[in-house]
Amino acid sequence: MKPAQFDYAAPKTIEEAAALLAASNGDGKIIAGGQSLMPMINFRLVKPAILIDINRIEGLDRIELEGNRVRIGATVRHCRTATDPLISEHLPVVHEAMHHVAHMTVRNRGTFCGSVAHADPAAEMPMMTRFLDGTIVAFSVRGERRIPAAEFFVGSLVNSLEPDELVTAVEIDAIPPDAGWGFEEFAKRHGDFALACFATTLRAVGGRAKDVRVGMMGVGETPMRLREIEDIVDGTDVSDMMLDEVAKRLTDILTPNTDIHASADYRRHLSGVLARRALRAAWGRANGKGLDA
Amino acid sequence: MSDKTISLNVNGLSYTRTIEARMLLSDFLRQELGLTGTHVGCEHGVCGACTILLDGRSARSCLTLAVQAEDCEIETIEGQGEIDRLGRVQEAFRQHHGLQCGFCTPGFIMAITDLLRHHPLETDEQIREALSGNICRCTGYEHIVNAVRELASERGPIA
Repeated sequence: MKPAQFDYAAPKTIEEAAALLAASNGDGKIIAGGQSLMPMINFRLVKPAILIDINRIEGLDRIELEGNRVRIGATVRHCRTATDPLISEHLPVVHEAMHHVAHMTVRNRGTFCGSVAHADPAAEMPMMTRFLDGTIVAFSVRGERRIPAAEFFVGSLVNSLEPDELVTAVEIDAIPPDAGWGFEEFAKRHGDFALACFATTLRAVGGRAKDVRVGMMGVGETPMRLREIEDIVDGTDVSDMMLDEVAKRLTDILTPNTDIHASADYRRHLSGVLARRALRAAWGRANGKGLDA
Repeated sequence: MSDKTISLNVNGLSYTRTIEARMLLSDFLRQELGLTGTHVGCEHGVCGACTILLDGRSARSCLTLAVQAEDCEIETIEGQGEIDRLGRVQEAFRQHHGLQCGFCTPGFIMAITDLLRHHPLETDEQIREALSGNICRCTGYEHIVNAVRELASERGPIA
């Protein structure tokens, strides 16, 4: 329950951090909020030779709008993302999701980008980044590399970063102002990891759903964008019959785990229930029905 | 190779110590400074017993390295009051029987200190959600909620 020995550095620039990481030959770890990493270090599941603390690097703690993209810097903490006006205006589904993240004290320290890099399949930030097709901005001594979210989440707690790369920001396109959104998560206690979670954005054009996005987490090894479900919803008027089809299709395509928290069958059932609620909410919002947003 | 000299401020006093980089802030407070009011429960960020304030916001001291607190201002339970002159949150706990064994209490009191500064706490639901990061294994939550409800109502709405 105490960390093994390591060296520690708190560089002032990204370049310095990248140089330290490269010099560690794969034995270095980046720390920002540390809310996932420190438990693993305390348990000695992770034994870095050097811990590179990026909290002292200026300029990483910003949320900015660049054109149509929202850019979230590497040391932006959950409590900030949850209350930032750029997020609530341009990414309202992310704003909603943030209120399901952990507990107040953890939100004070944990970071959006750190959670994305940690790649937990039942955490909100990776799911939002994947389902909204965000871009992970990585940096190393070789320069900057932009990684589409679809190529970033490789497995449970596994990302596609090279050993010498660190995440400097996550960028997500703003959701169109006329789009509706739905976010439904079920966890045993508020703030716990999700047993299942369904999120969607869609537009209503001439009484039909268009530009449908669907994402899920907690039911696979990575957060997912589900094109098959998007295809079912697209072009329909989000009827009960269509929602039945979505629930049935989810049961067919999802292969969640059975674990101490829930069985695979329960998670499949839950997925259908959450899908109905989220799609109805998104459809209502897209049609200006003034749900409690 | 991994020893670091750090300076930080705890409850208004400045300290400088040379420590191993791997030393947790919780162990630093208890072992280096003798401030044993910060309790260590799970040591992986689940129980909340070790909650302190780091630059005014609550943090798990078991998930923070002492070296990370360089130049920071730390507040611990020792800064809240004295036995014969309790702090306001401590006094509310006493009045409402908000503690039984007392192990979780320092963490609750520091978390609540942050919550009173930054969170609405207008409804019982908000209070319960705000307290959900701290575990009381005596399960005395009702009395803790009662104490926070009174503290929030005397504080009034926040800007």
